[in-house]
Amino acid sequence: MLQDILITGLVNSGVYALLAIGFSLIFGVARIVNIAHTAFYMLAAYCFYALLTRTGLGFAASAVLSVLAVTALSVLCYRLVIEPVREHEAAVLIATIALGLIFQELMLVFFGGHYLGIPSTLEGVVRVLGVSIPYQRLLILVVAAAMLAAVWLVLYRTRLGLAIRATANDLEVANLMGMDVHRVAMATVAISVALAAIAGVVVAPVFVVDPFMWLAPLVTMLAIVVLGGLGSMKGSLIGALVIGYVEAITVFAVPAGAYLKGAVALAIMVAVLLVRPEGLFGVAFEEER
Amino acid sequence: MYLLRRAWAELRNEILVLPSRTLVLLWVIAVLGLPLVYDDAYALRILTMTCIFAIFAASWDMLAGYTGQVNFGHALFFGAGAYTSGLLSQQLGLSPWLTVWAGAAMATLVGWLVGYLCLRLRGSYLSLATLAFPLIVLGLLFAFPGFSGGELGISGLRRLLLTPIQNYYVVATLMLAVVFGLWLLADSKFGIVLHAIRDDEVAARASGINTPRYKLIVFAISGAAAGLAGALFAHYIRVAGPSTLEVALSFQVVIWGIFGGVATIYGPVAAVFLLYPFTEWLGTFKAFGELRLLIFAVIVLLVLLFMPRGLAPWVRDKVETHCPRCKQRNGAWRKACRLCSATLKAQVARAERLVGHQ
Repeated sequence: MLQDILITGLVNSGVYALLAIGFSLIFGVARIVNIAHTAFYMLAAYCFYALLTRTGLGFAASAVLSVLAVTALSVLCYRLVIEPVREHEAAVLIATIALGLIFQELMLVFFGGHYLGIPSTLEGVVRVLGVSIPYQRLLILVVAAAMLAAVWLVLYRTRLGLAIRATANDLEVANLMGMDVHRVAMATVAISVALAAIAGVVVAPVFVVDPFMWLAPLVTMLAIVVLGGLGSMKGSLIGALVIGYVEAITVFAVPAGAYLKGAVALAIMVAVLLVRPEGLFGVAFEEER
Repeated sequence: MYLLRRAWAELRNEILVLPSRTLVLLWVIAVLGLPLVYDDAYALRILTMTCIFAIFAASWDMLAGYTGQVNFGHALFFGAGAYTSGLLSQQLGLSPWLTVWAGAAMATLVGWLVGYLCLRLRGSYLSLATLAFPLIVLGLLFAFPGFSGGELGISGLRRLLLTPIQNYYVVATLMLAVVFGLWLLADSKFGIVLHAIRDDEVAARASGINTPRYKLIVFAISGAAAGLAGALFAHYIRVAGPSTLEVALSFQVVIWGIFGGVATIYGPVAAVFLLYPFTEWLGTFKAFGELRLLIFAVIVLLVLLFMPRGLAPWVRDKVETHCPRCKQRNGAWRKACRLCSATLKAQVARAERLVGHQ
């Protein structure tokens, strides 16, 4: 059981980290609480499913195509829906909620509400410490690790990353220094949704695909991001590990754990907030006036 | 006779001078009179639900709009009211007339507790943390199905009264009382303090306002109203189920609130009265049945693109103007302010334009 907890926790943490870091990026740069973030993850899973089963493209091709398509869609949504109401925080909020609902309902119309299964992209298992891990789960881990490394490279080793960090730090000053803040925000949206889409694609063969699959990870992702501190990459990563393992422990070690895993994860988040209102690694910023 | 004339004068001078007040009067008359004119069981059911959700939306606005504590877990109070009232009337066999108030009291307590836990949180942190509370409770309910009924909830509750029309009038009067009560409260000195807390909490504290106390009071009041709505809901559909705690309901109230226009009380209520019957009406078409939520979301999105501040403030700006001198509101057709007879802005703007052309 211990090995089960270790492995499941690690795999879940990987997926959560991909989602949470993307969400955190958008919040940090554009101050958008993107409720539709996991809806893009759901869309990518559906896109992957459709390309794989209906067109007969290979695994790699459909994966890349669906990530690209979802990313393009997110930029389009940002331009058409979010940007016109950027000054009104409340309007942005319900615009993202409405977007999430629209995607959910569209998938419901096109694919129906039943669960869809995707054949495993990789067959076979590898045995580590006496537990057999399917290659598919290993793939999730590898992809998550690679993507996190890539994000780190982009953020800390490129000019775009510098601009993103500067904008996140102080939007007005970044604007005054001659950065095109809108372009930076758009690039951030693209990067963060691409991360969510990649998570959706690698997860699709392991979990089932249905139009409501975005709600559960949404809540967990929000818990992670708040736990780690809004806008902090390091916080999101550590938050993802904490929540991933807490969920795994609850599911395997507590009776009726499957019902309680969300509750326990959220209770931990609330407990952390009571002690540190800005999350584990959040900066205690004076409220903006 | 004198009283009648006096009442007419009041009506003409205070209500009919402003289109927004006239609209409110018409709305009250419609709410109270419609069932007498149009007696259809289905319409009555929808109207009753609309009234219940109107209480709920108004209570959210008190907390999120006025005080700026944007609550993403408002369903918690709704669910607390529903489950408390349901459990009490089911297990102890108490009359629903008592348990509804017990539900509201429980929700007040829960509201105070949530407020207490969230006192140090601000902005997005508060929103996202409050989202967690109903889900924690939901997890507990599912984990102990013997007590809560699990997925099915507590069913077979009694209604307040026997006939649908009586039930409607109970709910409608309570709705009017709560909505106007909240509106009065929001317009009073108390409401001004809440505005101050939302706009700048540090400055409010520096002005000697005990902000934590005000925030706790608002959480409790808002919780009480939402709990009352939840309890009424449970006794109306005769089930207190997990749907009263779901994220969907929390999001729904946020959508109503922002769509209608925050910090107005009447905005969210208007949004409920427009959107809830509308979505139900869409559901009656076979072809639209499945697209209901989709159409709802698209409309909300489109309306927001054109009126980012919400529906009610947009309409109000169209039909009324502010007097530049005394800040009182006037009908948009007036040339001079009805109270201080200063020339109104639209008039001033036109005069300036004329000068410019010469």
